[in-house]
Amino acid sequence: MRTKDLSYWLFLAPVLLALTLVVIVPMLLGVYYSFTSWNGIVTGEFVGLQNYIDLFKDERFLDSLWFTTKFSIVSVILINIIGLSLALLVTGRVRSSKLLRTTFFMPNLIGGLILGFIWQFIFIKVFASVGEIIGMESLQGWLSTTDTGFWGLVILMSWQMAGYIMVIYIAYLEGMPKELLEASEIDGASTFQRFRYIVFPLVAPAFTVSMFLTLSNSFKLYDQNLSLTGGGPYNSTEMVAMEIFKTAFTQNAFAYAQAKAVIFFVIVAIIALVQVYLNKRKEVEM
Amino acid sequence: MRKKWDIKLEVLGGLLALLWLAPFYLMFVNSFKSKKEIFMDTISLPAEWNFDNYITAFEELDFMRTLFNSLLITIVSVVLIIVFSAMAAYALSRAKSKLSTVLFFVFVAAMLIPFQSVMIPLVTVFGQFEMLNRGGLIFMYLGFGASLSIFLYHGALNNVSRSLDEAATIDGANRWQVFWYIIFPILKPITVTVAILNIIWIWNDYLLPSLVINTPGSETIPLKMFFFFGEYTKQWHLALAGLTLAIIPVIIFYFIAQREIIKGVSDGAVK
Repeated sequence: MRTKDLSYWLFLAPVLLALTLVVIVPMLLGVYYSFTSWNGIVTGEFVGLQNYIDLFKDERFLDSLWFTTKFSIVSVILINIIGLSLALLVTGRVRSSKLLRTTFFMPNLIGGLILGFIWQFIFIKVFASVGEIIGMESLQGWLSTTDTGFWGLVILMSWQMAGYIMVIYIAYLEGMPKELLEASEIDGASTFQRFRYIVFPLVAPAFTVSMFLTLSNSFKLYDQNLSLTGGGPYNSTEMVAMEIFKTAFTQNAFAYAQAKAVIFFVIVAIIALVQVYLNKRKEVEM
Repeated sequence: MRKKWDIKLEVLGGLLALLWLAPFYLMFVNSFKSKKEIFMDTISLPAEWNFDNYITAFEELDFMRTLFNSLLITIVSVVLIIVFSAMAAYALSRAKSKLSTVLFFVFVAAMLIPFQSVMIPLVTVFGQFEMLNRGGLIFMYLGFGASLSIFLYHGALNNVSRSLDEAATIDGANRWQVFWYIIFPILKPITVTVAILNIIWIWNDYLLPSLVINTPGSETIPLKMFFFFGEYTKQWHLALAGLTLAIIPVIIFYFIAQREIIKGVSDGAVK
């Protein structure tokens, strides 16, 4: 097949058309709109960088960006610690390994929206009633404050994503040469030493994959945010994706929301490009 | 050396598994209780296994119809993504040229774009062409899903020898036949991965359908669930029955294709 052939273009036509109309054209239009005062109905005039100047003074947007960053850092750390621990557990000396994997992975298959609703029930109702029984004041009123909303989101995401990250770590752990571990055991290395000097260096590439996967998933979070806290109380748990949505569809400030969306794209793209860069560097080293 | 059995690890694993399942347990047992019973006790089993909540939720969710919508949209989208992405990846991997490299790069680069960055113009443009309906939604899924799928197929195709293509061509097969009769069947393992990743994503997607589907009766499960939950916020017994119903199809799918799902998700992430 050559690029001159008709068949080449016929094979490519459907996806090229879809990608162009669904992603490329909207992206270019979006960048253009972000420099106008478009509100969805009237095209609006060209306003230059005004939207971008405004958004850096927009406290609600900056708060959501800060909240998202805090949330992402905490969840990336927790999810990876839990995910790696679960992976070590199920690849260890247990007989129920398969059953455990199935269980830990299960939350990933269910949509974030539905999981958020289930946890809303747990935080609001179950926490309150358990708190009453064991006399713990701190279990009352979850999701009604910024802090409990934050930790609620962190708990939900850790519970959901740890099993996913576990699967990735398992792939690397099981690809590890068994002889190495056995040899070190015979040589008298302790569990900690084995982990530190053999397992850890060999699963290091899994860290890059998992860290960036959780980072970009946390940063782009929308469904769980919507169904668990809805951004409340007083928009204090609103993450960037939701803030953009509300700016666009609640306040009808389309062009302004689009400017925020462009900034959002830049941040997400930087995260991804750093990952690509780190991967490439590692390949060179190897 | 055989693995020794570690009873402490086993117990720890069991306890963690129970902790992981606790949210599902709580959802399930409370979905059978009355409003008053939930108020009194959220932990224990229901006094009686009463299906009233389910009957109400089933009707309010218009469950069979909503389930059908979700199935229809997911199946059609995933089939189209598989067929067209595999074809495109084949063309890109067999016609080695600068153009193919550039196109492949464009597809991969498109993965970097978060949905929120294109959402507003997408909805306005498709709205102007009266395409905010199920057909439009499926087309959008093709656009958003193609990148990762092409990427995965492209990787697999690079490991399929070109001598197969050449042999079939000499035997008189045209491009279309070579691809569908010779190449596509070899790609089956990656097709399973592509299918699973796209099924999980599309089945659970809420935001895109919420923007695209606005005719009553066309809603998917997440979309309908959102409205249903909004209506019954203070009535947890009904909300929980609805949530349980919404999860059942996924659990069935998980039981049937467990191995493929875990393998697919891990392959998709690692590659």
